[in-house]
Amino acid sequence: MISIIDYGAGNLKSVSKALERLDLDSAVTSSFEDINNSKAMILPGVGSFGDCMKSLRSKGLDRCIIENVNKGKYLLGICLGLQLLYENSYEDGIWKGLGLLKGEIIRFDSTNKVPHMGWNNLIKGKDDFLSQNINEEEYVYFVHSYYAKPENAKDVVFWTEYGVKVPAVVRRNNIMGMQFHPEKSGPTGLKLLKNFGEMIR
Amino acid sequence: MLTNRIIPCLDVDKGRVVKGTKFKNIQDVSDPVELAKIYSEAGADELVFYDITASNEERDIFINIVEKTAYEVYIPFTIGGGIRTIDDFNKVLRAGADKVSVNSAAVRNPDIIKEAALKFGSQCVVLSIDAKKVGDNWHVFINGGRIDTGLDAVQWAIQGEKSGAGELVLNSIDADGIKQGYDIELNRIISEKVNIPIIASGGAGKKEDFLKVFKEGKVDAALAASVFHFGEIDIIDLKEYLNNNGIHMRINGGLNGG
Repeated sequence: MISIIDYGAGNLKSVSKALERLDLDSAVTSSFEDINNSKAMILPGVGSFGDCMKSLRSKGLDRCIIENVNKGKYLLGICLGLQLLYENSYEDGIWKGLGLLKGEIIRFDSTNKVPHMGWNNLIKGKDDFLSQNINEEEYVYFVHSYYAKPENAKDVVFWTEYGVKVPAVVRRNNIMGMQFHPEKSGPTGLKLLKNFGEMIR
Repeated sequence: MLTNRIIPCLDVDKGRVVKGTKFKNIQDVSDPVELAKIYSEAGADELVFYDITASNEERDIFINIVEKTAYEVYIPFTIGGGIRTIDDFNKVLRAGADKVSVNSAAVRNPDIIKEAALKFGSQCVVLSIDAKKVGDNWHVFINGGRIDTGLDAVQWAIQGEKSGAGELVLNSIDADGIKQGYDIELNRIISEKVNIPIIASGGAGKKEDFLKVFKEGKVDAALAASVFHFGEIDIIDLKEYLNNNGIHMRINGGLNGG
């Protein structure tokens, strides 16, 4: 079972429906027991970085996630969930993240329109189990105003281009993130979730 | 590279898709969830559902459609119509919508944009503006185009961005339903004044209208209803045509397109 971590952030239904369509067993949950017993975790995120971290902390979920990651459990952060994996964010202040990946979250400058909203193509960073059957010309759906500046560019599986190079899919061992919404990215998004599902089987 | 977007719009009343001409003479077309699936598989980049229902019971039917769509469709969709409170935002987002558009309610209470942006994030707050030319300027109209608020549409768009809207829909009442092309000037002027994505709405009749609004109106996305509902324009054809004419489109969007 994959636990989709519920801490009051936005639209969890779409993620669970997408997993259901791929025959992946999942549960939307905030229970430590469920999370501890699950095979993998998905950390969604909608809204602001500070609010999400506050709400994870108030429920003790930040520690629960970190403990499980340290035991080797797979974690996939989606959209803001990817950003939460990093050390700090500068979204309306300075906020500490989960610190599972080294790097920080910064705002796009106003050369381009902000948010970065719409379909953008994936550019290969490195070969990975997650990138199986995905071509460079495939598009995924982004909507975000901040992006990750990772310390280890080698963690980036796919980039996208929006004035700057934006990490779209990152992976370091059992820690993964997708800046776009795979559950809203048509067949390409479903393929990426399928790859994640096969990894944890 | 970020692509421009094509967005079919579905007006929903009593659980069915309808399309009016100049907001009148409403005509029945199809089942919204089925139509949404067809469009998604045909390469639509997003969808918009407008709830034109009045009563509360019918509102429940609509929420049910939102839930079904979230289950069956794997592209983003926006819900508009009848959004008056933060609770309304919450309801449709929880039902599975990705974005919510406000129109009249934002004119009556501009704080709703700010509150929704703080609570749910700017990315899901869409300010929809019904604009009509009055003299040399465009005024903001509300209540389905019936009431002239006297507000200047360009200023209202700028204020909307400041309040935290993540996107604007510019619906030209003059152009709507007559298939003579989008209001290029309205879109261009506002596009140059704001730094959030703009969706042009109202007036699409042929492929060239889309090309013109992207090129000259400088919009990020174009919305249309009847040309798609009646099969007058095929979405894949349209996207290939635009791509060949220098407007970057996501072509491999169909279910088999990989």
